[in-house]
Amino acid sequence: MEKFTTLTAVAAPLPMDNVDTDKIIPARYLKTIKRTGLGAGLFSDIRKDGDGKGGPFVLDQPAYENAKILVVGDNFGCGSSREHAAWALLDAGIRCVIGESFSDIFSSNAGKNGILLIQLPPEQIAKLLDDASRGANATLTVDLEAQTIQGPDGGTISFEVDPWKKHCLLNGLDDIGLTLQKKGEIDSFEAGQKAQQPWLY
Amino acid sequence: MAQPRTLFEKIWDNHLVERQDDGTCLLYIDRHLVHEVTSPQAFEGLRLTGRKVRRPDATLAVPDHNVPTSDRSKGIEDEESRIQVETLSANCAEFGVPLIEMNDARQGIVHIIGPEQGLTQPGMTIVCGDSHTSTHGAFGALAFGIGTSEVEHVLATQTLIQRPAKNMRIAVDGDLPPGLTAKDLVLAIIGKIGTAGGTGHVIEYAGPAVRALSMEGRMTVCNMSIEGGARAGLIAPDQTTFDYLKGRPMAPKAGAYEQAVAFWQTLPSDEGARYDREVTLSVGEIEPQVTWGTSPEDVLPISGVVPDPSALEDEGERQGMTRSLKYMGLTPGTRLQDVAVDKVFIGSCTNGRIEDLRAVAAIAEGALKQGRKVAEGVYAMVVPGSGLVKEQAESEGLDRILVEAGFDWREPGCSMCLAMNADKLKPGERCASTSNRNFEGRQGPGGRTHLMSPGMAAAAAFKGKLADVREFLG
Ligand code: SF4
Repeated sequence: MEKFTTLTAVAAPLPMDNVDTDKIIPARYLKTIKRTGLGAGLFSDIRKDGDGKGGPFVLDQPAYENAKILVVGDNFGCGSSREHAAWALLDAGIRCVIGESFSDIFSSNAGKNGILLIQLPPEQIAKLLDDASRGANATLTVDLEAQTIQGPDGGTISFEVDPWKKHCLLNGLDDIGLTLQKKGEIDSFEAGQKAQQPWLY
Repeated sequence: MAQPRTLFEKIWDNHLVERQDDGTCLLYIDRHLVHEVTSPQAFEGLRLTGRKVRRPDATLAVPDHNVPTSDRSKGIEDEESRIQVETLSANCAEFGVPLIEMNDARQGIVHIIGPEQGLTQPGMTIVCGDSHTSTHGAFGALAFGIGTSEVEHVLATQTLIQRPAKNMRIAVDGDLPPGLTAKDLVLAIIGKIGTAGGTGHVIEYAGPAVRALSMEGRMTVCNMSIEGGARAGLIAPDQTTFDYLKGRPMAPKAGAYEQAVAFWQTLPSDEGARYDREVTLSVGEIEPQVTWGTSPEDVLPISGVVPDPSALEDEGERQGMTRSLKYMGLTPGTRLQDVAVDKVFIGSCTNGRIEDLRAVAAIAEGALKQGRKVAEGVYAMVVPGSGLVKEQAESEGLDRILVEAGFDWREPGCSMCLAMNADKLKPGERCASTSNRNFEGRQGPGGRTHLMSPGMAAAAAFKGKLADVREFLG
């Protein structure tokens, strides 16, 4: 996976709670056997509704064409385990999502694809949504090493991140490769389990 | 004395391969279920890196999401669906993974066949690239959904890198009266804790109302844990669990079975074990439930009325509810029992088991006696959760009752739970559904879903409107 170190990019606001994975990528796009090309289905069902004020959906507005950061509400990514949601975001260029909270499975899927999720309290999200609504001027700089977000007006917000996730993201690690190095430990676990619960083997 | 532990903590400790200083754990996975939608990219990853499947014997694959529920003798018409199912077969052959093929009598929804085959057992860790893997927690197994990268990780290493979840206990007191089911319980629980209420937690369901449930009912409750935000649900194994497993093809054989039961009996949470959060609920507070919105937490008793956004103080919540009601085509203040439905879907891993079909057939039998059939203009489909559920239902004559009453009797699969095959709602169509998600577009773009129990869905089929199942009970 691609490393995540620092990212300076336009942030697009999506002020909705409970954006489920069916909204991020509807089931009919899951028939692919590839990881790529899913950007075409990103938000496709809510996209057609536009911005709710008669204008186009936020990611279809010229100011947000190059957005790589998404600012969202609460419980983003709830619902299905489809990693296609992370692949679709990545395919559309999104590398960082900032929100009040994220579902557990989506969090793990995002991390495995080099997408940084940042969880912040509601007041800070409200402020970032407000910043993001300023269009192409809404450039944020996310520094994972320092765990900070720098806003357009120079203000800085700090964030927490799981140390293991941070390590993997900063180094673009393939965790399967790492786990395979633990073959000895896994072998001996299996031997122990087999002795105690033979019916499992 | 050792510190008291929860069921979750015991399973976790039993599967620890390694714990790092920062709390990250390498967890051993006992069983891995695989289906056609979330696995192709994982097998492709193995191929690209020259890796093998570590334990094909602990892995079982089945196609379910894309399979047609009509006559299958001509294969799958939709090209993309067919390729996905064929890709699963090819990958299983290449990597030596056991596969139940589409035309096998045992084929069905992955979370129905695991328990049915006896693969799902207490104390195990079980994963699948599917969020409703939580279903298997009904047996006291730690079972959770994973993404495709994790599927690849498990295929290659039989482990996962995880952090322990928090413990939450939900206790339900009282006895379920007729007409109230496991589905009503879990919908009421989600209504109470919200769709993010269980995030970061594993929920252990307890209390007399839960203990009294059959394995089918327990699976319905654990299935929807994910709708409450929890990655896994758990119910302590007991005699009901052991009896269910006895003699199933993949369960421990005679001799080993007794040894396994002795081990399983050590699993329930210890007296005094600590939970991070505890919730209690009484059956007395619950009526048959039905959802009105586009999130499973948007749930009300069937006697209720469509809620009014203008009564909400928070502007964000008001906008959210307005959006849901617009999508659902509902007007505040309308009695739920006045809402007409176009379709009825009975099936899914939530309610596609034999007990569910019996409940529907019982309502249908009563209705037939009164000379009633599925309401005119309503299309009602019954999709058994597996080929074996279908066979069982047919041997009990349930299919004849259902067909006579006007239901369409289909082949097993996920079907209109997520509309990846040909079974879909059309835009604007309203469906009484026994599945688990009422998200926008879930059952087809523009489709409107109301979640409820099988009996409630059957009642809706006969009335042509959302209805109270209790009117149909003798
Ligand atoms: S029945 Fe529905 S929820 Fe269950 S596995 Fe199939 S698609 Fe998922």
